[in-house]
Amino acid sequence: MRRKIVSLLMATLVAVTAIAGCGNSGGSASSAASGAAGGDTIKIGSIGPVTGAAALYGEAVKNGAQLAVDEINAAGGINGVKIEFKFEDDEHDPEKSVNAYNTLKDWGMQILMGTVTTNPCVAVTEKTAADKMFQLTPSASSQDVIAKDNVFQVCFTDPNQGIASAKYIGEHKLGTKVAVLYNSSDVYSKGIYEKFMEESKNQTTYTVVAEEAFTDESKTDFSAQLNKFKSAGADLVFCPFYYEVAAVVLKQADSMKYAPTFFGVDGMDGILGVENFDKKLAENVVLLTPFVADAKDEKTQKFVEAYKKAYNATPIQFAADAYDAIYIIKAAMEKGGVKSTMKTEEICNLMKDAITQISFDGLTGTAMKWTKDGAVNKEPKAMVIKNGAYTAMD
Amino acid sequence: MLKNMKKTTKSNIITYGMVIVAYVVMQALVNGGGISNLIQGLLVPLCAYSILAVSLNLTVGILGELSLGHAGFMCIGAFVSAAFSKMNATTIENDLLRFIIAIILAAICAGIMGILIGIPVLRLKGDYLAIVTLAFGEIIKNIMNVIYLGVDSKGLHFCMTKASDLNMEKDGKIIINGATGITGTPHSSNFTIGIILLIITLIVVLNLINSRSGRAIMAIRDNYIAAESIGIDITKYKMLAFSISAMLAGVAGALYSHNLSTLAATSKNFGYNMSIMILVFVVLGGIGNVRGSIIAAVILTLLPELLRALNDYRMLMYAILLIVLMLFNSSPAGIAFRERSRLKKILHKKKEEV
Repeated sequence: MRRKIVSLLMATLVAVTAIAGCGNSGGSASSAASGAAGGDTIKIGSIGPVTGAAALYGEAVKNGAQLAVDEINAAGGINGVKIEFKFEDDEHDPEKSVNAYNTLKDWGMQILMGTVTTNPCVAVTEKTAADKMFQLTPSASSQDVIAKDNVFQVCFTDPNQGIASAKYIGEHKLGTKVAVLYNSSDVYSKGIYEKFMEESKNQTTYTVVAEEAFTDESKTDFSAQLNKFKSAGADLVFCPFYYEVAAVVLKQADSMKYAPTFFGVDGMDGILGVENFDKKLAENVVLLTPFVADAKDEKTQKFVEAYKKAYNATPIQFAADAYDAIYIIKAAMEKGGVKSTMKTEEICNLMKDAITQISFDGLTGTAMKWTKDGAVNKEPKAMVIKNGAYTAMD
Repeated sequence: MLKNMKKTTKSNIITYGMVIVAYVVMQALVNGGGISNLIQGLLVPLCAYSILAVSLNLTVGILGELSLGHAGFMCIGAFVSAAFSKMNATTIENDLLRFIIAIILAAICAGIMGILIGIPVLRLKGDYLAIVTLAFGEIIKNIMNVIYLGVDSKGLHFCMTKASDLNMEKDGKIIINGATGITGTPHSSNFTIGIILLIITLIVVLNLINSRSGRAIMAIRDNYIAAESIGIDITKYKMLAFSISAMLAGVAGALYSHNLSTLAATSKNFGYNMSIMILVFVVLGGIGNVRGSIIAAVILTLLPELLRALNDYRMLMYAILLIVLMLFNSSPAGIAFRERSRLKKILHKKKEEV
């Protein structure tokens, strides 16, 4: 009996390995053909975390992109060919991200829409640059990501967000004494913070009176930092970090009767969706974001509706970025006359030129333009939370 | 000839042979083009993880102390070597030479750190030692997260607050940027160097085990009091094993960091998770079994990648397979089954029948 169980287990093991092996060898066969790959479909790959701590973002990108792909395919595809879309998990780890990229290459990927998070993206750009593959990242925002000439961004770079925030606060006179709270263990938060501080020196309408940091390990108690801000008399707190943490900050500020204007960036989007969060606390919070799900324009509403129907969830900014990214790829492919039968390198060269010539209207911005360096040029939008909903600020 | 050889020599030859055969086969496949990009990309990490597993086996298997901070030493090796390579990317033109110096630096720094941490840690035993090594591993990772290092015409700048506090000249270049880590490490690692490092690791560890010092270390493991009573210098031998183990982990770190262009100390790659992962390699491969460590490291690194075909069920399947492998490897029923179906035994039986 015991022997039987063991042999059964071993048989399962062998079977699973065989399946895995099949998937793999199938992949290598197509990689051999990838030189002159394709034919009747264009293969777009994407990489992001769908397991682990950053899974939320990868999931959103995966869903958003899939939505766009389905729409385009239903409407007849790009230049007459359908898109084949495949998403691979990278667990928000550079090493796994490179593995995921290699897997997609084995599959025969021609264009990479990814990766979602910054650090893994930097590792992957080195590979795409070596392979000369066109890469458009929806949400990896650091400057290092676009160091290579084949990589373009949909989102703002972190420095741009910091500068835009400082200018916005200065021009609209949102405050006179500004305090800054940031996450020093997060690339995104720190990148914005540093540029914000640099640009703040040029602003005359306000001064930075206090700056405090926290880390991923200490993001539950902010009373010390908030007390410092309060005693420094800050009337605006700049919060370049994600919404989960922002919810905690707002709650604690409220409990100590400290009510400055809170100014967030795109990571703040989603704060109204936090469970057990009293929406009243977010009243009058200003955020600089390219996308909010409650916006009233037709495009956004159509997207949100379709997204809700397909995935039973409200899309976050990452989903919108990914949705736009697929359409940007479509626009650039049409502009450059890219065919699915071309080699990856050929596609890359055509796309590199084409993307700088298009002007794209999407969910995350209107008249988006790209320069050769890969950064996007679009107007930042500011939203303010009024009566528990995002409203555009004028 | 094989018959007259000592058992350990035979076993060592099999271990070296296995690595060399694996190298020749893989190299032939790479050159022949009959191998997927995924596997090609995994060759260097496989070497790095094998080195880590072998080096931890020295602490866990031979010295008999449970260390949960091994990734910390890997972290030091990775950062030191990557920082060195990035700084000298233009001054030392020869890629290989620069990488070799970086590896040596990584080994020295990780070794020194091993000694420094070993002084307080090795006074403890058992669970207490495990917990303190865990703490040190986390400390190293967190310190790496706040280090800023820049270089300009005046020399090196260092601070632990923020990048703008470095006060660099206009031409300054940031080498380590806090939590962002190091980006733009030259890609110097390749499979051949990885295998050479693995073989060097094996030579160091296997020779240590079979030496006078190795026997002293194992005596400490088997009976602490007896070893002390016959005059073995406990502190010295414990420190020896621990620091060599740390040094080799540093080498693995250098190999790892030169394979990716970005390096940041997250809990995923240099924290607690990684330490446990390496420990799993060692335990699954058999504590004290060097060859087993390599095999386990290879299988467990490949497994999640080969399971990609299962999409969402990948990590679940990986966990289940891990349990199954553990049962097969270590449960009494599993051991009995392996004993019965041993290749040698089957061959032996046939001979008798003849």
